[in-house]
Parts: sequence; C-alpha cells; structure tokens
Amino acid sequence: MQLTGAEIVIRSLQEEGVRFVFGYPGGAVLHIYDALFQINQAEPEREIRHVLVRHEQAAVHAADGYARATGEVGVALVTSGPGATNAVTGIATAYMDSIPVVILSGQVPTPVIGEDAFQEVDTVGITRPCVKHNFLVKDVNQLAETIKKAFHIARTGRPGPVLVDIPKDVTAQLAEFHYPKTVAMRSYNPVVKGHPGQIRKAAQALLAAKRPMIYTGGGVVLGNAAPELRALVKKLGYPITQTLMGLGAFPGSDKQFLGMPGMHGTYEANMALHHCDVLLAVGARFDDRVVGNVPHFLQEPRTIIHIDVDPSSISKRVPVDIPIVGDVKAVLSDLLAALEALDRRPDEAALTAWWQQIEAWRARNCLAYTPSDTVIKPQFVIEKLWEVTKGEAIVTSDVGQHQMWAAQYYRFDEPRRWLNSGGLGTMGVGLPYAMGAKLAFPQMPVVCVTGEASIQMCIQELSTCKQFRLPIKIVNLNNRYLGMVRQWQELFYSGRYSESYMDSLPDFAALARSYGHVGIRVDRPEEVVPALEAAFTTHKDELVFLDIQVDPRENVYPMIQGGKGLTEMILGSEEL
Amino acid sequence: MRHVIALLVENESGALSRIAGLFSARGYNIESLTVAPTEDESLSRMTIVTTGSDDVIEQITKQLNKLIDTVKVVDISESPHIERELMMVKVRAVGPDREELKRLADIFRARIIDVTDTTYVIELTGNQQKLNAFLAAISPGLILETVRSGVCGIARGERMLKA
Repeated sequence: MQLTGAEIVIRSLQEEGVRFVFGYPGGAVLHIYDALFQINQAEPEREIRHVLVRHEQAAVHAADGYARATGEVGVALVTSGPGATNAVTGIATAYMDSIPVVILSGQVPTPVIGEDAFQEVDTVGITRPCVKHNFLVKDVNQLAETIKKAFHIARTGRPGPVLVDIPKDVTAQLAEFHYPKTVAMRSYNPVVKGHPGQIRKAAQALLAAKRPMIYTGGGVVLGNAAPELRALVKKLGYPITQTLMGLGAFPGSDKQFLGMPGMHGTYEANMALHHCDVLLAVGARFDDRVVGNVPHFLQEPRTIIHIDVDPSSISKRVPVDIPIVGDVKAVLSDLLAALEALDRRPDEAALTAWWQQIEAWRARNCLAYTPSDTVIKPQFVIEKLWEVTKGEAIVTSDVGQHQMWAAQYYRFDEPRRWLNSGGLGTMGVGLPYAMGAKLAFPQMPVVCVTGEASIQMCIQELSTCKQFRLPIKIVNLNNRYLGMVRQWQELFYSGRYSESYMDSLPDFAALARSYGHVGIRVDRPEEVVPALEAAFTTHKDELVFLDIQVDPRENVYPMIQGGKGLTEMILGSEEL
Repeated sequence: MRHVIALLVENESGALSRIAGLFSARGYNIESLTVAPTEDESLSRMTIVTTGSDDVIEQITKQLNKLIDTVKVVDISESPHIERELMMVKVRAVGPDREELKRLADIFRARIIDVTDTTYVIELTGNQQKLNAFLAAISPGLILETVRSGVCGIARGERMLKA
C-alpha cells in the first residue's frame, strides 16, 4: 500500500514500538503532525503519545531522560530552522553521555534547500559533530529504511543520538511502505564478544592482584550489565568505585562501594584508585574529572584492564595494559566464566591488608559536614530526601553543586535511577529528564534535584508538566548563587564573585502555583522533613516545587583542583 | 611522524565533511587529503597524509573507524607501499629559460602538456620528494602557478584494501 512520507514516519515509529514522542510542531513538520493525529485517531490502541514541550531543547532532553530511565530509544520531533537549532543542546548532551535518541527534524522542501528559505538551516551540518550519525532523506522510497537504520545505530554499539532530517515535500510524496526487519551495514558492525585470550589474561591479572580496584562508568548502566557487575564484585570481594554516570549499577549502600572517584569523589575512592596495583575499568573512559592530572596518576605503576564497547575509548587518555573491546554485559559474563575456570582464589592475606588500608582511608569520613539548626545545609536535604523516599526514587539533577551533593549523599542502589548530564554538563536538563522518567514510570517517585540557576534554564516545562499531569517533585536547593562558580571564585579567584550572584530571583513557590502546581518555600532546617513528606503524601499526585533556602556559603568537598592529582584532595574548608 | 592513511568510505554526501570535521574537531593535522570514487561506485577511497605521535595516529585510525560511513581504515605507511602525487606547474618559458625548462622536464621525466609562446604547463608524477625537488630546481621567478593533487597511496604486493 502506498503511504505518504508523513504516514511512513508514524508507521515506522509504530514498528519500532515507540510509546512517546517529545516534540513541537512547525511549518516543515505539519504533514507529520497531521499523520500522527489521523493515525492516533484511527488506531487509539496503538497510540503514540506526543508530549508537547515548551521549547525544543526540552524535547530532546525529555527523550534523552526517557532513554536513560528505560534503556529504550527516546524520540524527539522538531521543525526546521530554529526547531533544529534549539534541539542542538539536547543532542550534544545525549551525545556526550552516549544516550540512544532518535531526533526527527523537518527541513524545507528539497527544491529550495540551499536557497536560504524561510526557517532553513543546514541541520545535518550543524549537528554533525554532536551525533553518532545523521541523515538527510531526499527520496521518500528510502525513508522507512533510513528510520530503521537510525534506530539501529542509536541503540547498538556505543549508543548515541541519530538525527533524521526530512524535507517537507518528502513527507507529502507517496511510496510503498515496507519496514525492514533487519539492517545490514557493511560499514557498521559493532563488536559484541570480547577476545577470549584477553579475557583470560584479565582474569589472571585480577586474581594475581594484591591491591585490586574496580572502576566502572556509565557503560555498565547503558549496557544493562548491573547483574554481571554485581556477581563479579561479590565473587572477588574487591573494592569498587563508580563514576557519576555509573552510580547505581552496583548498590551505593554496599560496603564494597567506596563512593564516587574524581574531582568530588571520596577520599577512599581516590586513594584506592591511585594506589591499587590492578585496576579493572569497565565502561568508563578515564575522564579528566576522574583521573585528575594524568602524569600524576601514571606515577604509580599498576596493571590496567579496560573493557569498553568503543575501541577509541581505550588508551585515549591513559595507556591500558589489557584492552578488551566488546559489549560490557557479554564481556563481564565471559570474565566471570574465565574466573571460574581458573580455579584460583584471590590472595586473601593481601586483600585483607588492602581492605584494612581502605577502611583507614574511609575512617577520615570525608563526606561529614557541619550540621546546623539555624541554616539549612544542602547535604542534609539530600540525606533526608534519601530517607523519605527510602532510597527508591528516580533522581534527576541539573548541573552544579546540587548535582554533586545529590551524587554524594543519595545512595543509588539500582541502575537508571540517577539521571544527570555528566559529559556535557548541561544546566536545564533536570526537569525535562524528570518528565521523561515520570512518563516511563508513572508509579515511581521522580525527584528533580536542582538549583535556582539551573531550574530557570528550562523552567517553561512546568507548563508541560501541568498539561500532562506529571507529579514530579522539584527540590530546589536555592543558595542565591551560581554555587559551583561561586565556589571556584572563592577558592581560586580570591573571592571575587564575578557575576555569580543571582539578584531578582522569582518567588519560585508562587511561580509554581501560577502554573497550577504546589509551591512550598522552606526556610528552616526543621521544616525540611515535613515539606519532603508532604510532597510525597499530601500532594502525592501533584507536582510540588520545594524552594529550599540553603546555606549560600556551603562548598562541595572533597575537591581536587584542576590539574592536581588524585591524592591531592581538599577535604574541607579548614585545609584551604 | 608522518603517516599515510588509506580509507574506504560509503560514497554518500557528507562523508567527506564528516572526516574533515573529525580532524578539525579533534585537532589532528591534515597534510593532504585526496578522495575519488573507486571501481565500485558505492565506495570512495581517500588517502590522508597526517602527522602525529603513535598515540595520536592510533586515535586517528580508531576515530575514523568509528564513523558510521567508514568501511575500512589502514595506515599503509606501516608497511611497504607506494605513494604518488600529480603536479602541474605553469612556468614562464621565454628566451634561454625555454630550453632549460624543457631539459629539466626531461631529467625529471616530466611532460610538457601545454605550450604557448610564453608559457609551458609541466606535468609531473612522483612521490612528494621528487615533486619538491623539481620545484626547487626551477628558479622561483619562473613559476607562475602550481597545482598538486595530494598524495595517493597503495600497499605493495598482496596486501589489499577491499570492502
């Protein structure tokens, strides 16, 4: 049967099992929106729910948040020109964290491409450096196959965003609709199985270790390899640190977990990372925020085993001794089998001594902070949030101090419960991420931990939350400063607070109420728990905006200054 | 270190800008880049001459491989290979220079492919050193224009770059 290009787009999304499309209509995508309307009306049982955002940046963030929470491909639909350029921040954010998203963008009709038509922009050119791949579809006969390829590329290998740019005339033209069952691409065949010889070598190195350390990242979450990782860590009894992107793959409240590594990591995690003799890195990329000063890190000799699906992540910043390219889930399961086959146990005496050393580091209690009964400490809010939600919420964050406190003090016991922009560090993601997560898991508590600066970067989405009845809980750690900027200015710029103070802030509680939500301002420490409890009980089915006035002078510790090594941490203000 | 990287890519619009963009975005050097379709029209073959430490070259080949349009990547300078570059030089050919340029062309096994009362166009094929030597042999004042194709490379013997 012949369908229009627009119908082919919607039918293809149906074939992919897409439940939600986050988007914003406009001239170039009107045919697609019309097809969506008609097909949804004709087949309500196969409805693709369109979530009308208030800004295209949020469309991609919400699709990205949906993908992070579910592991499925998120889908965004935007118009040409400004629709596409607004989407770019969202696309780059997904790209840096390897999140599978398909972005469909409208384009001006093919005959006028290149003529500076109304709302024309070279979308494929603009997005090229921040997508895994992109396509411009000029022939309606290739539309279905291209969409199939886009989903395939987005979700396989190292995942990432894929954009399909569709000119308006193509969405009106007719073609036979056949949605391909499979894709074969000679130029794209991601490795799944790791090399058996390398895996054996890794198993031997792990068992020969005196001071072993396991360091995992977002790849374990993306690869759904949490069960295999847990089995491995439990089998070996080794310490583990998880990066900002990897939190939850291994339970955050388990004794073997040493906390996050890196710039705002724990003392014990950084010391163990630095002083270990065998390091198993899984789905992590030795980010500059994790290893700090590379020559300093390399001073200490250690054998590094690195498992990653992306060969270009291996030996990019830090030379690796035993590289294993492959799907993290498959490789970890083979590694477990290889360890079984070796019939050898870890060195118990060495391991006991190593754990004693680690416990001594842990005894520094680096996340302790000075409590107060007059001013609200942000760390206290996160601790109480963890208690009130029993550690079971999906927590999204924006970027800055609140993000680090959420990562440090909310102990994530399951993967895909912690959604934040780790790579690009995009302020404004928190609320749209929470929208994507809440739509995916309506029964789960979803909390957006944010700050008064970040939340204003996508605050228009409060309107979307009203329209789609999303009872998200917003925990706004309001310190009246761009907190992380202020912290750096305090520490490295002699307290010259250049443009980091936010004057003229809105009354957030009243603002939330004006959108039709519940807004509560919290000024005193003793009000924190009742306000949190009210958000999850009295106002269970409503979006609650908790505007919490926190200590404006609080800093995130521990901290490693840029350019310093892992063992050169500042543990608190007394060390300055 | 100088390296010659040969790659096969899908002959799709945008493939060249993906590769050029990769080099500029990651701060890699491009000394020259040539591209043309192969006997199989769905494929283009590129030769990229670049410089960098071993670590950088390893990253370049990995990043090139990672591009979805890239079918194969080989650093052909790691083993015996042949490089050729085509150059055309327009020279001022009057008076005694006219005969001297003809002689020089013969010595370098170059060919004169266009002749006017006052100019020659000389075509020369070879590796980079030969082309550079030819240019150095002509007095600079006589060179009106040069155009070079950039290096094409191929491995010797049975080693092949095939899809």
